[in-house]
Amino acid sequence: MTQRFERSLDIKNGRVDMTHGSGGRAMAQLIDQLFAKAFDNPALAEGNDQARLAIPAAGRLAFSTDSYVISPLFFAGGDIGSLAVHGTVNDVALSGAKPLWLSAGFILEEGFPLADLERIVTSMAKAAQECGVQIVTGDTKVVEKGKADGVFINTAGVGLIAEGVDLSVHNIRAGDAIIVSGTLGDHGVAVMAQREGLVFDEPVLSDSAALNGLIDNMIKSGVAIHALRDPTRGGLATSLNEMARAAGVGMRLNEAAIPVRASVRGVCEILGLDPLYIANEGKLIAFCPVAQAQTLLTAMKGHEHGREAAIIGEVVEDDHAFVEMTTTLGGQRMVDWLAGEQLPRIC
Amino acid sequence: MKYIDEFRDSGLAQKLAAAIKNEAQGARPAAQPFRFMEFCGGHTHAIFRFGLPDLLPPEIKMIHGPGCPVCVLPMAKIDAAIQLAQRYPLTLCTYGDMMRVPGGQRLSLLKAKAAGADVRMVLSPHDAVMLAKDNPSREVVFFAIGFETTTPPTAVIVKQAQALGLKNFSVFCNHVLTPPALKWLLEASAEGADGVPPSDGFVGPSHVSAIIGTRPYEIAATAYGKPVVITGFEPLDVLQAILMLVRQVKAGRAVVENEYARAVTAEGNVKAQALMAEVFDLRDTFEWRGLGWIPHSALKLKDAYGAFDAEKRFALEPSTAKENPACQCPAILRGAKSPEECKLFGTVCTPENPIGACMVSSEGGCAACYSYGRRKDE
Repeated sequence: MTQRFERSLDIKNGRVDMTHGSGGRAMAQLIDQLFAKAFDNPALAEGNDQARLAIPAAGRLAFSTDSYVISPLFFAGGDIGSLAVHGTVNDVALSGAKPLWLSAGFILEEGFPLADLERIVTSMAKAAQECGVQIVTGDTKVVEKGKADGVFINTAGVGLIAEGVDLSVHNIRAGDAIIVSGTLGDHGVAVMAQREGLVFDEPVLSDSAALNGLIDNMIKSGVAIHALRDPTRGGLATSLNEMARAAGVGMRLNEAAIPVRASVRGVCEILGLDPLYIANEGKLIAFCPVAQAQTLLTAMKGHEHGREAAIIGEVVEDDHAFVEMTTTLGGQRMVDWLAGEQLPRIC
Repeated sequence: MKYIDEFRDSGLAQKLAAAIKNEAQGARPAAQPFRFMEFCGGHTHAIFRFGLPDLLPPEIKMIHGPGCPVCVLPMAKIDAAIQLAQRYPLTLCTYGDMMRVPGGQRLSLLKAKAAGADVRMVLSPHDAVMLAKDNPSREVVFFAIGFETTTPPTAVIVKQAQALGLKNFSVFCNHVLTPPALKWLLEASAEGADGVPPSDGFVGPSHVSAIIGTRPYEIAATAYGKPVVITGFEPLDVLQAILMLVRQVKAGRAVVENEYARAVTAEGNVKAQALMAEVFDLRDTFEWRGLGWIPHSALKLKDAYGAFDAEKRFALEPSTAKENPACQCPAILRGAKSPEECKLFGTVCTPENPIGACMVSSEGGCAACYSYGRRKDE
């Protein structure tokens, strides 16, 4: 094919400008020389306005979408690009589906450096490859300077749920064990620390990761998993309250069993925050009958993203759908919904 | 985690709880429990967060005091801050919790921001000065609130602003002082005024005491015969302080004891005190939510720093807004009622839809009680 563009994209020094979203030659060049090059796959290469995809087997589709708006765009342990892949892959995989395809929509702010955009896109491509999904269709819009925060990304994902797999919050019942796949609050604290310029002896890294491999191991264990959820915004406490309400059950947690890194606890102590309410991007909560919990725990610990998995409580009958916790001191307390944003304490 | 886990040791907590039970059991008739007021909202928060009421025997009753910096600011001051942000082309900076407190007409700084006012949450007052420095054409006002803990940082930024020669920075100063409020509570309690219940002693503030030391509390022991134990925010600190208070009361003693010697001395932080004395003057009087007007209980900027005083730079009309008469925040702040005694608690007034300040701040009695303390059998 002859060279379509007289000059190649100046990624090193260039910046996003309004022409990159205009639908003209500049936009085509951005797509060709950055997005399509990084996400390279047959469906994308067809160059149609839609991806045409052959469904590989019988089963049900799982379909999810999420938008990613984060400051800073690059943080310890990840960036907005890998986050946009991991987040949607996880949302699809939590249904027990094998994630297959993603779409990627970019809203770019005029003036955003092309080098940073390339870094983000490369990170997305790498994340997609690592978790075995293809980015098969996309969209680009450019907004005037000041009308966005660098880059916003929307991803939608499609996966296939195998016959016989049925993970849903409505399956949760009294007598289920509550299991988390690892330490809580790492992502939220990593981002907050970077945003506020906090420096610690032991840096806290985001836990951003795709969990489809771990979930695959869990399903293969043969345990009757009732439901999975990733405790992202609002953290563990908010996810459990949502699930308790949806399933019409109560939950009892044991504070001493909940894994939180010492460094994360330290940051939370300084700022007056509760790690139970802080966002995670590479963790899941699992529900299964108590009798099978140890088997599931063993399966989880056999995967790199489940090494620090722990049984943290159980589901109980409770019409109020309260989430309660036995504190490390042996007292009882509510673990309530988060009201608004969690705010650092004043003194 | 070093320096934290040691103060959350479950075994030690059980031992302390047993010791408190031992001391308290049989010492008083069942209808007359030991009543201790935790002055500071940080202690209220810790008591509920760690489930301490489950560890305490029925002979101990804790009363929540007025020590939440967000809660004690009267509605008129919230309205004044909203007025500043809405009426003038300026950027108003303040601490996060302050933004959600409802003023008159159910407006808050957060709602004013959504309606277009330039209101920003800062983690430190230093951020406000830097904002002014980086935006010389923009007026920046720091809405300063809090007890002696947050006052020295405000003094620092006033001096910083002066050193930088800033012409576009000022402070709306609403810093209040702990000892006058404690004295007000002691007097009201002694006279049975304003519904303030009799108290057997006080759990003294931790961070505030790190600044002012233990001496300002001696009046409680010497003039009113009430013991005070200064203590930290960790659960073992609180339990230890309760044990020390029970022992004092049983022995008929009333002195100021310092359980928090790892951070608090008799003199306090002398440098911080000198800084405060350099920048601030006492106000003749100041209104506290729940406690009313208390003489010499708050600070204003000294005339020498008048250029940085928002009250001098901007004309503010007094607020005529009235508190919701059903809201019991005032009575809760002076220990006259518990949060559950307010008809609005948990029904009309929730953390998502706060009617009163006590439901906003995590240190407020209502928020702590609602978020941690509800039980399905209540």
